[in-house]
Amino acid sequence: MAIFQKKRRNILPGFGLSMGYTVFYLSAVVIVPLSMIFFNAIPMGWEPFLSAVTAPRVLASYKLSFSTAFLAALFDAVAGLLTAWVLVRYRFPGKAFLDALVDIPFALPTAVAGICFATLYSPVGWLGEITAKWNIEVINSPTGIVVALIFIGFPFVVRTLQPVLEELEPEIEESAHCLGATRLQTFRKILLPHLFPALLTGSTLAFARGIGEYGSVIFIAGNLPMKTEIAPLMIMSKLDQYDYNGASAVALVLLVISFSMILLLNAIQEWQQKEYR
Amino acid sequence: MSTPLLSQGTPPVVRKKISDPLPVRILLIGLTLLFFIGFVFLPLGLVFAQAFQKGWDFYLEAIREPYTIEAVKLTLTTVAIVVPLNAFFGVTAAWAITKFSFPGKAALKTLLDLPFAVSPVIAGLIFVLLLGSRTPFGSWLGEQGIKIIFSTPGIIIATLFVTFPFVARELIPLMEAQGRDEEEAALTLGAKGWQIFGKITLPNIRWGLLYGMILCSARAIGEFGAVSVVSGHIRGQTNTIPLHVEILYSEYNFTASFAVASLLVFLALTTVIVKAVMENRFQKNSSQH
Repeated sequence: MAIFQKKRRNILPGFGLSMGYTVFYLSAVVIVPLSMIFFNAIPMGWEPFLSAVTAPRVLASYKLSFSTAFLAALFDAVAGLLTAWVLVRYRFPGKAFLDALVDIPFALPTAVAGICFATLYSPVGWLGEITAKWNIEVINSPTGIVVALIFIGFPFVVRTLQPVLEELEPEIEESAHCLGATRLQTFRKILLPHLFPALLTGSTLAFARGIGEYGSVIFIAGNLPMKTEIAPLMIMSKLDQYDYNGASAVALVLLVISFSMILLLNAIQEWQQKEYR
Repeated sequence: MSTPLLSQGTPPVVRKKISDPLPVRILLIGLTLLFFIGFVFLPLGLVFAQAFQKGWDFYLEAIREPYTIEAVKLTLTTVAIVVPLNAFFGVTAAWAITKFSFPGKAALKTLLDLPFAVSPVIAGLIFVLLLGSRTPFGSWLGEQGIKIIFSTPGIIIATLFVTFPFVARELIPLMEAQGRDEEEAALTLGAKGWQIFGKITLPNIRWGLLYGMILCSARAIGEFGAVSVVSGHIRGQTNTIPLHVEILYSEYNFTASFAVASLLVFLALTTVIVKAVMENRFQKNSSQH
């Protein structure tokens, strides 16, 4: 039976037409425009390219984007695990509503999120008054960027963990319980390793999104040179000066890193599938 | 699933589920609520509190302002062009990928997701590099009297890129799970290609398609970074709703800015609720089989 299914023939009509249109549209909308980055960055030559991407202001922006996206992804891993656990395991009033609201960061325009957090943490804002009392700088500081990125990345973790948690068989926990494990031991030694690949996938997605995020960050960041300028903003300011090659160089580095993330994610997923076999 | 079993008189399996002790449950639910208050409820509540700060009349005035209306019109035009194009592509790509076997399928699927991995600012940049007035192609277009960057077509093209994967991404897993048996059965019964698609495939995927189009529209309405690069921010001409919110905000016209933003919040809330309701429906449908 398996042998027959393996060599299944394509008998349905429309392969040439649908495949042709798919490749055409993909090339026109995505591949050709994206390749413009290479066509603008490569003729620069190695030396000017390096000096463009290692300029102190650019380097500072890379460092800021990566460190804030990393911290936000770390926070999201914890908050996302907590939320997914509560939403899958417990029953309480308002649960369905909370579950729906997890998608708000996906559905809310980033600029709206940006002005919300900037106003919320302004010195006279609802939360800004509290953070000022504790002497925590949020607005115009990297902390503010992390806050915005936590919001943006949070649903990635919850939505990748939820299905895995739902499919966990109760037998695993029951046998751990019968063998005398405490709940905390069961969680640390059995559940967490099982959830780890999904947790890693979700936080990597949040991290990748955080590196490129623009709209929600620029309002709260203050955009001070060398201090709170994120990498996408550097591209923007190079564009404003008509420095197309410089903008492409900065973009190329970001693109290469984002694409390596995707490849890494595919590798994680393959590893995850092998684990189950 | 258990209801028909019960009605036949089979005794239900009584099983004590292992769960966390009550104090732990209360603590974890409390922490989750705290997180939601800080990151969802307060920001959303703030929008409405700020929007209505100066009362209903000011709110209505901000929304009825000519520039706001122009921004709404431009955004709706963009959605009306982008969503059908990407929906048609999504259906075509999903048909090619799920109904046939061919080498390189996994690579093609990865390529479809590419726009999700690209920063919105880069999404805008690539179209400036391709079609801007300082590029060979762009200056040739300019000589023909066609302006794309810093005008409406640029906004539409950038949005097309950003929302490119949404419909295909919803349909591919759905159609993969459904397989090709029904279509192949129809073929052996003598149905033609379009008949198979119209009578078998389309009814099977209609909810997924609708859902993908809703997500696509939500992103098309809200896109900021990419559109910000290609728009040129000309009031009343190339300002979408999110760009208009930004301009009002940077002019310290906070109340008007949040009033316009409240429209977008309302839309986002509608989107997530529709999504939740439709997912519920999906699950009920699949458990009936």
